[in-house]
Amino acid sequence: MSEPTKLQKLEKIDRRWVFLVMLVAVSIPLFVSVDLPLKVTPAAQSFYDSIEALQPGDIVYYAADYDPGSKPELDPMLMATLDHLCRKDVKIVSACLWPAAPPLLEAGLNTVAVEKYGKEYGVDFVHLGFKEGKENVMVQLGKSFRDVFPQDYYGTKVEDIPLLAQKKANGEWMVDKFDDVKMIVNISAGYPGTKEWVQQVRSRYNIPIISGCTAVSAPEYYTYLRSDQLSGLLGGLSGAAEYEDLVNLPGFGIQGMAAQSLGHVAIILMILVGNILYFINSRK
Amino acid sequence: MLKREVPLLITILVGWFMVIEYFFPGAEKWSSELQNWAIIMTALASVLGVANVARINMLKISRKQKDWGYSVVLMAGMILMVVLGTLFPMIKSIFGIESSWTLAGMELSGVTSGTWFTQFYDSMFVPMQGTMFALLAFYIASAAFRSFRIRSVDATLLAVAAIIVMIGRVPIGDVMWSGMSGLSDWIMNVPNLAAKRAILIGAALGAISTGLKVIMGIERNFLGGD
Repeated sequence: MSEPTKLQKLEKIDRRWVFLVMLVAVSIPLFVSVDLPLKVTPAAQSFYDSIEALQPGDIVYYAADYDPGSKPELDPMLMATLDHLCRKDVKIVSACLWPAAPPLLEAGLNTVAVEKYGKEYGVDFVHLGFKEGKENVMVQLGKSFRDVFPQDYYGTKVEDIPLLAQKKANGEWMVDKFDDVKMIVNISAGYPGTKEWVQQVRSRYNIPIISGCTAVSAPEYYTYLRSDQLSGLLGGLSGAAEYEDLVNLPGFGIQGMAAQSLGHVAIILMILVGNILYFINSRK
Repeated sequence: MLKREVPLLITILVGWFMVIEYFFPGAEKWSSELQNWAIIMTALASVLGVANVARINMLKISRKQKDWGYSVVLMAGMILMVVLGTLFPMIKSIFGIESSWTLAGMELSGVTSGTWFTQFYDSMFVPMQGTMFALLAFYIASAAFRSFRIRSVDATLLAVAAIIVMIGRVPIGDVMWSGMSGLSDWIMNVPNLAAKRAILIGAALGAISTGLKVIMGIERNFLGGD
C-alpha cells in the first residue's frame, strides 16, 4: 500500500487543528476591533414594532423559556426586550416553563426593571416562577393565572400582589388571564417554547405572540411569522443584535456579531477546503 | 383487566371529553379541572424521574461500576440542591420559621437571588452548561471539514443554501455583497418556509389521525407490551 500524500494527510488532519482554527476565528474580535454594519430584517423590525405599538399601562405576559445553555444567544434578547417594555412603561407578568429559567429571568428583571428603571416589584412587574406541565400550563394560563400560580417566585400569594390583586366592578380579577393582557413575549430555546405557544394559545385565546428564539429554531418559526401567527421574530444572536440596534441599546448581541461572523466564515471555509481536498484526493 | 381495559377506558373518556369541550361551552369548567390534574401529574412524573436517577446512580455507586465516581458527584449535587431549594424552605414553612438561616452572609434556604442555591446556579450550573453548548461550535467546524462531503445534487443544494444563509445572517455577508442578506431572507421565506410548512401540516394530520385512533380505542400501543 502506497504512502498517503500530503493532501490525503491534510484531509484526515487531527480534529484538534480544526478546533484551533475555530478558536482563533472567534477570538480575533477580542483583540482587534471589527466594526460591521448591521442590517435589520423585516422579522426583527416587526418584533420591534409590536412592542413599540404598546401603550403605557398595557400589560404583557413575558414567557422566559430557556436555560443557561442558550444564555449567550437569548440573554441579550431578554435584556433588550425588558428594557424596551420598561421604557414604554408597560407592566410585565412573567413566568417560565423551563425549570432552570427563573434565575435568568430574575437577574434580567433586577438589572433592567429595578436597577435601571426603578420599577416596583408587584406593581410594575411580577415574576411567577416556574411551573411544570408544559402545554397544559399554557392552556390553563389562558383561563386563570392564579389557578396555575397561586404564589409568585418569592412565595407571595398572588392576592397580595397589587398588579394581580385588582378587581373589576363586576368582581372579576383585572389581570388573571390572556384576555387581560395585550401580548405574549416569548424568549424560547426549544420545547416547550414558541411552537407550543403558537399551537396551544395563539388561536385559542386570540392573543398576539412575538418570539425571540435560538438560531437553530428560527427556520421553523418563519412559517408562523408568515401566517401572522407570530407578530415578530428574533432569530439567534443576529436577531438580538438587530433588536439592540433598533432600541439603540448596544449590548452583547452587537458585540457578538463580529465573533459570529468570523465563526461562520471559518465553518464555510472548512466545508470548502474539506470538499476541495476530498475532490482532489478521490481523483488520484 | 386492570392493566389494559381500565387505562384504555380512562384514555377514551378523557380524550373525548377534551374534544367535547370545544362544542359545549359548559364542559369547559370540567376540562379545565382535568388540565389541572394533568399539571399535577406532570409534576409528579418529574419526582419519579428524579427518584429513578437516584436509584440508578445509587446502584452504580454501591456496585462500584465503571465511572461510579461521576455518580457520586451527581448524587452530591442533586442532594445539595434539593436540600437548599426544597427541603429547607419546606421545613421553614411547616414550622413557621421566619428568621434567616445564613452561612457566610448568604441565605441557605430558598431559590431566589441572594441564596446559596442561586450562588451554586450562577457559579457552577451556568458556566458548565454554557461550556457544553459552546463546544458545539468546535464540533460543527470539525464535522464541516471532515464529514460534510458534496457528493450528490441534494448535498450540493444543501451546501449552497447553508453557505448563503450562514453568511447572509451575519453582518459580514452584506460587506461581501450587498444582496447577501436579501438572498438569505429569500431562502428562509420561500424554500425553507414551503418545506417546513409541508412538514408541519403533514405532522399535524398525523397527530390528528393518531389522536382519533387513540380516543376510539384502535391505537393501543401506548398501553405497553404485556
